Amino acid sequence: MNTKPVNQESQAAEEHHPMENLLRMDRIPHIWCSTCGIGTTVTALAAALEQLKLDLNKVTVVSGIGCTGRVAGYMKLDSFHTTHGRALPFAFGLHIARPDMKTIVFSGDGDLISIGGNHFIHTARRNANITVICVNNFIYAMTGGQVAPTTPISAKSATSPYGNYERPFNLPLLAASSGATYVARWTALHIRRLTTAIKEAITKPGFSFVEVIAPCSTLYARLNKLGTGLDLMKFYHDNSVIRHGIDPREADIDFQSKIIVGKFVDIEKPTYLECLNNGNKKAFGDKYRPYGGVNGNK
Amino acid sequence: MKADPKNVLTGAHYLDGNHACAEGAISAGCKFFAGYPITPSTEIAERFARRIPLLDGVFIQMEDELASMAAILGASWGGARSMSCTSGPGFSLMMENFGLGIMLETPCVLVNVQRGGPSTGLPTLPGQADMMQARWGSHGDYEVIALAPDSPQESYELAIHAFNLSEKYRMPILIMTDECVGHMTEKVVIPPAEEIELLERKYTDKKPGEAWPFEWNGNGQPPMLPVGKGYKFHITGLTHDYRGYPIINAEAQGENVSHLVDKVRNNVDDIIWLEERDIEGADVIMMAYGISSRVMQPAIARAKKEGIKIGQIKMVTVWPFPEKRVRELAEKAKALIMVEMNFGQVYYEMERMAAGKCRTYLVGHAGGTVHDPENIYKVIKEAAK
Repeated sequence: MNTKPVNQESQAAEEHHPMENLLRMDRIPHIWCSTCGIGTTVTALAAALEQLKLDLNKVTVVSGIGCTGRVAGYMKLDSFHTTHGRALPFAFGLHIARPDMKTIVFSGDGDLISIGGNHFIHTARRNANITVICVNNFIYAMTGGQVAPTTPISAKSATSPYGNYERPFNLPLLAASSGATYVARWTALHIRRLTTAIKEAITKPGFSFVEVIAPCSTLYARLNKLGTGLDLMKFYHDNSVIRHGIDPREADIDFQSKIIVGKFVDIEKPTYLECLNNGNKKAFGDKYRPYGGVNGNK
Repeated sequence: MKADPKNVLTGAHYLDGNHACAEGAISAGCKFFAGYPITPSTEIAERFARRIPLLDGVFIQMEDELASMAAILGASWGGARSMSCTSGPGFSLMMENFGLGIMLETPCVLVNVQRGGPSTGLPTLPGQADMMQARWGSHGDYEVIALAPDSPQESYELAIHAFNLSEKYRMPILIMTDECVGHMTEKVVIPPAEEIELLERKYTDKKPGEAWPFEWNGNGQPPMLPVGKGYKFHITGLTHDYRGYPIINAEAQGENVSHLVDKVRNNVDDIIWLEERDIEGADVIMMAYGISSRVMQPAIARAKKEGIKIGQIKMVTVWPFPEKRVRELAEKAKALIMVEMNFGQVYYEMERMAAGKCRTYLVGHAGGTVHDPENIYKVIKEAAK
């Protein structure tokens, strides 16, 4: 720790965090462990928002519970930290009230896919105009490293001490088969490609999904004796194989083996609100005013 | 603010309690309904789904009740008046996000058309056994406001009242009706829009950067912050300070939870709504809510004819419980009787407030049908001795 006295006033005047317009600086330092992959993913989202030059007043982040669930608390946007697994339905209600805003759900694999799995498939099925960024660290980290529906076969966790024997979900396959219009997977070290994917996901109308394979340095790495978080981050990156456009069925993840990354789905499909308006237009004809949120028709 | 005439079906109608409840919500300007089908509440959702497309709103049938409750909170923060309806099993599932609504101080309305329980129980038959669940069903300490209509007319009126209370106290409001009222068809008079007073949402008048989402100052409810206007606020289900930032210590818990409790406890005189009859000089005082307050009428009339000095209180609000009033009455009356379709829920609150000052009786049963007035009469006779 640096204990050298510094002139704090002049330092404050000189030093600015490069993302300070997108972070709640009054809440930094954050709670994440060093070398956790969530930080780089937040950086990628911040970079994506900057590069897209979106009106940040019109972007909202909704999270569930868990390590990644804390993202909403650090982003300087209208941001909502909801209940475990329910970020998507909360975000859905918010999106329907304010379709003029961009709604981003940023949460973890346990939150979105285990307890929130039903909401995940149904929000994708409806093709609601929501972008989901899912940090997948293969484990429940906040609660101390328990097995998740994403834990690879044979990986150890606090509740699979002899190795996991349940088949994990393949998240791109789940998203694609549920109806997502955009599906990509990158690792937390693919900063540039991940940023591009998030940009594409945000601009894609409909349900877009970006999975980010991230190390959990404190639990997953330690329980499985995989070295430091940085070692694991590098391992994921170096063992990834870019295969754009493949059938997501080929994107299963095994324990400490190759990770298929890339953009798997990028299609056009009417969004939930387009379907709602088309359906009601058919039913009511000219009597129907297209729904445009609480602020009226846009 | 007056109701929008476009939303109000002014005139006399023949409606059941569920349809009337949906009309009340529409009159109140509800624009977002998320629900999941469950007997005996479904007609509320169906009516809303039929009516809302031409009224610039949205009905959505969600994947389950967990999602329904979460969605109406999101919609409310988006600026829409929002509601859901359910019955016992769905109410259990909604308790999770009902708690989030309490914690985020989110205006919205949730209707429970009670049926017999526990578990799947009696889907098509009435009950009043979710009253304590309404009070304590979500974990943690908090207060609730629960209304209980006794007729289709009151279902319409209390739906509007519930939306007003939700904005006034910035919290989810419960309408605890039952299968009997929900499926009972009666005349419902819907007034002209200009006679319906609606409370507008209170948003901050401070500029972005100066306003926080939970500025508790002991002076009414903190105004909400609108999304999309640059406030860039944060809210969380974690214990938080006035900024909405999570603070995990006993001091913050004290401030946060005290506010949730005090906003109801300090305003009971404004919130509590009782309809009292013949209380002056009564030896026996009947208490009931919802359908049971009507079912007890023949027994009361019979007792009166026999010269028993009997009064009655219909509780339009069940929660918060009218503690002060019951304490007063226990000093004057010989006996208090609670009629409810359960084996003693709200009764125990009445007994607790009577504190041994007078005798207390429960006329309860397991649900599935309303009370037999004969059973109510027998308890009145016993109480009047």
